[in-house]
Amino acid sequence: MSSERVSLVPAAGGRALSAPLMGHEPEPTLFDLSMTGRRSASFRTSDLPEWGPEELVPPELLAESPVALPEVSERDLVGHFTRLSHRQYSVDLGAYPLGSCTMKYNPKVCDEAAAARHFAAVHPAAPPSCTQGWLEVLVELEEMLCEITGMAAATLQPAAGAAGELTGLLLMRRYHEAAGEERHRVIIPDSAHGTNPASVTLGGYEVTTVGTNERGGVDLEALRAVLDTDVAGIMLTNPNTLGLFEEEIVEIAAAVHQVGGLLYYDGANLNAILGVVRPGDMGFDIVHLNLHKTFATPHGGGGPGAGPVAVSERLAELLPGPRPVRLADGTFSWERPSRSIGRLHSWHGNALVLLRAWTYLRLHGADGLREVAEIAVLNANWLKERLRGSYDIAYDRTVMHECVVSAKSLADETGLRALDVAKRLLELGFHAPTVYFPLIVKEALMIEPTETESPQTLAALGQALELIAREARQEGDASSARAAPRTTPVRRVDEARAARHLVATYDQRR
Amino acid sequence: MRAPFVPHTEAEVAEMLAFLGLSSLDDLFAAVPAAVRLAGGLDLPDHRSEADVTERLFELGEKNKPVGRSLVCFAGAGAYDHEVPAVVRSLASRSEFVTAYTPYQPEVSQGVLQAVFEYQTMVARLSGLEIANGSLYDGAAALMEGVNLAVAATGSSRVLLSTGVNPRWREVLATFSHGPGHDLVELPLRDGYTDFSAAGDEPAGAVVVAFPNYLGCLDDLRGARELADRTGARLLACYDPVASGLLRSPGSLGADVAVGEGQPLGVALSFGGPYLGLFSCRSKDVRRLPGRLVGETLDSEGRLSYVTTLRAREQDIRRERASSNVCTNQTLMAVTAAIQLGWLGTEGLQQVAIGSARAARYAKEALLRIDEVEAATAAPGFREFALRLPVEAELAVERLVEEGYLAGVAVREGYEGTDLEGTLLVAATERRTRQEIDGFAASLEKAIR
Repeated sequence: MSSERVSLVPAAGGRALSAPLMGHEPEPTLFDLSMTGRRSASFRTSDLPEWGPEELVPPELLAESPVALPEVSERDLVGHFTRLSHRQYSVDLGAYPLGSCTMKYNPKVCDEAAAARHFAAVHPAAPPSCTQGWLEVLVELEEMLCEITGMAAATLQPAAGAAGELTGLLLMRRYHEAAGEERHRVIIPDSAHGTNPASVTLGGYEVTTVGTNERGGVDLEALRAVLDTDVAGIMLTNPNTLGLFEEEIVEIAAAVHQVGGLLYYDGANLNAILGVVRPGDMGFDIVHLNLHKTFATPHGGGGPGAGPVAVSERLAELLPGPRPVRLADGTFSWERPSRSIGRLHSWHGNALVLLRAWTYLRLHGADGLREVAEIAVLNANWLKERLRGSYDIAYDRTVMHECVVSAKSLADETGLRALDVAKRLLELGFHAPTVYFPLIVKEALMIEPTETESPQTLAALGQALELIAREARQEGDASSARAAPRTTPVRRVDEARAARHLVATYDQRR
Repeated sequence: MRAPFVPHTEAEVAEMLAFLGLSSLDDLFAAVPAAVRLAGGLDLPDHRSEADVTERLFELGEKNKPVGRSLVCFAGAGAYDHEVPAVVRSLASRSEFVTAYTPYQPEVSQGVLQAVFEYQTMVARLSGLEIANGSLYDGAAALMEGVNLAVAATGSSRVLLSTGVNPRWREVLATFSHGPGHDLVELPLRDGYTDFSAAGDEPAGAVVVAFPNYLGCLDDLRGARELADRTGARLLACYDPVASGLLRSPGSLGADVAVGEGQPLGVALSFGGPYLGLFSCRSKDVRRLPGRLVGETLDSEGRLSYVTTLRAREQDIRRERASSNVCTNQTLMAVTAAIQLGWLGTEGLQQVAIGSARAARYAKEALLRIDEVEAATAAPGFREFALRLPVEAELAVERLVEEGYLAGVAVREGYEGTDLEGTLLVAATERRTRQEIDGFAASLEKAIR
């Protein structure tokens, strides 16, 4: 490698400093823009009899007054939502290194697939003769997800990761009940996502928390101490929320299986291991995937996602139904598993999200997916090393898809906290990492660059984070970062005030 | 590079590995025990070009029959063919909305936050209740969360559930009730109305009734309110947001919680998803509200701004004590609904509701003129109705596909053994014309001979 190479010189491309913001005034609401009598809507000419409301429904059920909605021109509607869109950070604008969220680039071809009439205008209750293409997509997606996870069968119904978790816990419950066993506890590491314990409760189980060892993995001795036949299973994220691979996963699996428990794999961090190792081969029985993370379906500002669940052979007949199936004659239909836990979704899951994931998987294939994992892990490790000296490294090992660093020393020395680092980073043109999570690391900054950020963007991000730490240390005070962000559409918002004086609709404004 | 969106050159990969003191990418995975590593790679085809994958998508798409001019839609059952204009699709596909994450950093998320605030306002008005959340997965999920709220608020896990509620939602509720252990008591339908006589006066946590119900009938919400008062339950109404353009809102008829499917508000049929669950409640229950809630506040310079609020309810803070595990929901669909409602305006929503009711009445009268076709229920409806046919409903649907009509949805699951089983549920929206309905009636008449 020639030393004159400049490939890792920071470049401006991955950050949003050039985003065109015209000003800092609030955008009025659509209700403020409304003018009585103005309109946009128009409809087909129906030639139907013009029956009045009282000829259509019983008069006592008629609304006393119409529901007031904004009355705006189409031009004003476009202006309003376009201006709102300019007050919003997004993956398309710049790097989005939110740990555990896998905010990679969302391919446009996947959006185009989902917008195509031949998929988007299909009614969910249309008979299989009208939906053969859709059913084939769903069956192929299930098959691909099973291969990627090392599982035997899958359901595509769960609409998000948390729904997938709850599905998994209900499968766990049904499995034990079918064996005539009543178990009450599910084990969760103290590094787990908050959805895990919440799902356990909704699944009708109690949470038993197990600690983390000095290498950032599950404390195997502590785990053995709480394992008995009252344990329904364990929920693990691997790599875990520290970005670390559970080195003792084989021993963990053996210990849990020995007491008859099941292993649940939280797929939030699956991106790190695509094509390298599969949950099924590690001993997991139930896996949920977040298609809006690993397979790049856009996150939509907080959904829609999709949280399919794949299971090993012994749980396949318990899966939710109806499931899409390939028949012997090569056509496709629906079928209910014999001992199904029941339906989880009004229809078949977030179908257009599933179609995007199918497209992503076909584009990547086996070789592409393996490379996704490799480069995601390479990026995270490069960034971790780049930040050494500026921040504390929480657990100093090779990380997987993300690294967790800590602003603890920085805070002790200068008063600058993780939240301030996050807000200052916004000024420097990057979205902030996840902060204060995982809970077991003080002043945590959880950074997941993903594989689609270039080395130059990564270098710019590293430089920005280093700059923030250096400013605070050299100037001996943190006032600059504490005042951040100054360049964003609004500055730090008063979250306590929002909760104290709840105004959650325009009509609650006084 | 084999992964199409990885920008790294081979030289850059080598340089980064050198910086890390590693000799190969495999070295990054040293922590993975050799015994479980995947030998030989995934058994999937290798990567393909966008052009190749697009060809395959066209091929698969051609195996579907979308609704439109060659398959006129009379199917509903929770998914309706309402007008969605170009402006809604255009604005809702702006990549700033599409590719954003959950607004954890409010300073750079004001766009999504404000759009959701506007959405919450419109849904609160449609439902006639004070508070609406920022959406849930779908109508079924909204029902499930509503029942959890009611059970937590009342301390009673007995749930009196009308069989007029969408049967797939009832099944979802039953699936998820297995965890917390709710006691679901189904109340039968008589002539399209819920029969409350079987409910008794024992304390209950929730009374759940749909208005309009799955059969399209305007069920008796007042009777449901009386039952809720007698049993100390919260009244949950499953409503249709489009119906609010014509009918009294669930809140004005006494509902404590209103849940619904938001698909009719600008979302394509989409083979069933992503849609969005509408959820509203009274202020007294706001601290049990599931999902995200956007509130108004000020920034450090006193400017009006928006932020997700009452966060202490949520799973990432409350963990095992949270009453809901919702994290990602359906924000983009909520933004879409806000845009659609902005396009409709006060009068447009009325036109959709009245236009749908007119088309439904005209269609029902036309179809009932056919010999041996009968109405399955007597109760007045809104834009949907069930018919008893002289042939199997599924057979009629198949035959009419050939004639260019999606005739409706067979009523079967959730109604086994009732007089409604095997009827055909037919829906009409403001998009149906006299010509289409006349053609549909003529084709059905032929198809059932």
